Amino acid sequence: MTKALNELSITEAARGLRAGEFSVRELWDACVGAAQERNAELNAYLEIFDADEEAIAVAQERINVEKDAAPLLCGIPLAMKDNILIEGKIASAASKMLENHVALRDATVTRKLKEAGALFVGRTNMDEFAMGSSTENSAYGVAKNPLDTTRTAGGSSGGSAAAVAAHMGLAGLGTDTGGSIRQPAAHTGLVGMKPTYGAVSRSGLIALGSSLDQAGPLTKTVADAKILFDAMEGVDGLDATTLTDSMRDTKEVPATFRIGVPKHLLSEGIDADVLQHFNETLARLESEGHTLVDVSLPTSDYALPVYYVIMPAEASANLARYDGIRYGHAARGETLLSDYVLSKTEGFGSETVRRILLGTFVLSSGYIDAYYRKAEAVRDVLRDEYESAFKQVDVIAFPTTPSPAFKFGEKSDPVSMYLEDIFTVTANLTGMPAISVPMGIVEREGVSLPTGMHFTAPHGADQLLFKIGALVTKETL
Amino acid sequence: MSEIRTSAEDVKKLANLARIAVPEEDLPRFAEEFDAILAYVGKLDSLSLPDAQKRVPQLRNVFREDGEPFVPGTWTKEIVAQFPEKSGDSLSVKQIIAHD
Repeated sequence: MTKALNELSITEAARGLRAGEFSVRELWDACVGAAQERNAELNAYLEIFDADEEAIAVAQERINVEKDAAPLLCGIPLAMKDNILIEGKIASAASKMLENHVALRDATVTRKLKEAGALFVGRTNMDEFAMGSSTENSAYGVAKNPLDTTRTAGGSSGGSAAAVAAHMGLAGLGTDTGGSIRQPAAHTGLVGMKPTYGAVSRSGLIALGSSLDQAGPLTKTVADAKILFDAMEGVDGLDATTLTDSMRDTKEVPATFRIGVPKHLLSEGIDADVLQHFNETLARLESEGHTLVDVSLPTSDYALPVYYVIMPAEASANLARYDGIRYGHAARGETLLSDYVLSKTEGFGSETVRRILLGTFVLSSGYIDAYYRKAEAVRDVLRDEYESAFKQVDVIAFPTTPSPAFKFGEKSDPVSMYLEDIFTVTANLTGMPAISVPMGIVEREGVSLPTGMHFTAPHGADQLLFKIGALVTKETL
Repeated sequence: MSEIRTSAEDVKKLANLARIAVPEEDLPRFAEEFDAILAYVGKLDSLSLPDAQKRVPQLRNVFREDGEPFVPGTWTKEIVAQFPEKSGDSLSVKQIIAHD
């Protein structure tokens, strides 16, 4: 075997564990060893957990006894984003507000992963409350891109992306409200997937925008992303928005794809070499028998403005609960009101405050019609446009981001940072599933940086994404 | 809509509504950033929707049946442990209504 254990994919590790080539303990030690070696430099993990000896022993025993019947995730060390609850562990959402907040229970996704025998290396860095595209809004310092430490690993799930790209965990979990899994995946050469809204339970995730949030995988291969998704999806009594079985897997995975390409959105703002990789990848797929179809999504230009109304509106409501009374940062003043104000003022970072204020503004009585209600109406139009495009095509393709990973401090004004999400937000607004897969390397200042190819599929058709993604990465699922 | 100019006073008002104190010296910066964001978001104003009907989502009952979802007291110890101020198993807060 030429690869170090921590460099394996989930599929490869599962095979090696079953063949007795190495033990769960050795796999854990390899990942934690790498994490301890590189974390001071990368700041991917906010905390590396002590080994859970019992979980390691149980996973090993299951593999020994159940062999191939054991879940593929059994004994696999994963990186968990800091906004996903793991019972008894701190879950801070990279905020001072929740610095000492200990999770009382497992998130549903955590419980499902534990039941499959997965292990957790640690909790990963992120933008505070998942607000950002670079982890520069973390209260605990930035997570660096292992491919070039002067650049961001993207965000908000940048810590999970950095951890997996640096082999400090075989795969990771992120959350995606406007691109927070797919954009970091593109910037670190990984696969990142945002499931259909409601495919995966949000119970036990620290909420940002409740009509947009989904948890999903950050992995080295498309096959690994499918393994994690399959383990996490399903209806959940603790999340009323989860989809019943009949609402998922609504579309059969085709043998050849009709790929929609919205050419009118690709004419400007994309780096030439990124666009070249995108076109070459599409040309290759076409030569392999898939069809390219020009699709029109005329309202797409309004998606990001819609997102920056709806997300802050929902965030301002969700974050109102952090008042310093029951848990979290608790400052004390003269009156009860000053207890709230001091706790919030000390606990929240500046991007969080910005979005709370923006949300408060768009929901205020004088502006709610012009902003929030208009945005919700445009959101319906966007959904209709995608649904009508999906009558002619199976998936719709974009580059995940217009440019590769950017340098720290490069996007200092809020709007230029928000533009990072230009291609990814629509999937959150429409609730449709989307994936980013590596599509080629570009050079910036002598450094090779990955780029991402993005596919959106119809509502509930998550499985299509693994098939088309694997065609791009040339994997066999 | 895109011509809105946010003043430091506006930011202060929003911060009060959100129960956050923004330091005086940061108010102009927030106001400036707000204008840039609202100018971008204001693009929505230029989009006319032909007949913007209010859509009603398909509703289904998502509530559980009545009953005890868990044994009372299951999480009391852990929840109380995170209270910033407590008296026994009760959460302590400052007096809300003054007597004078």
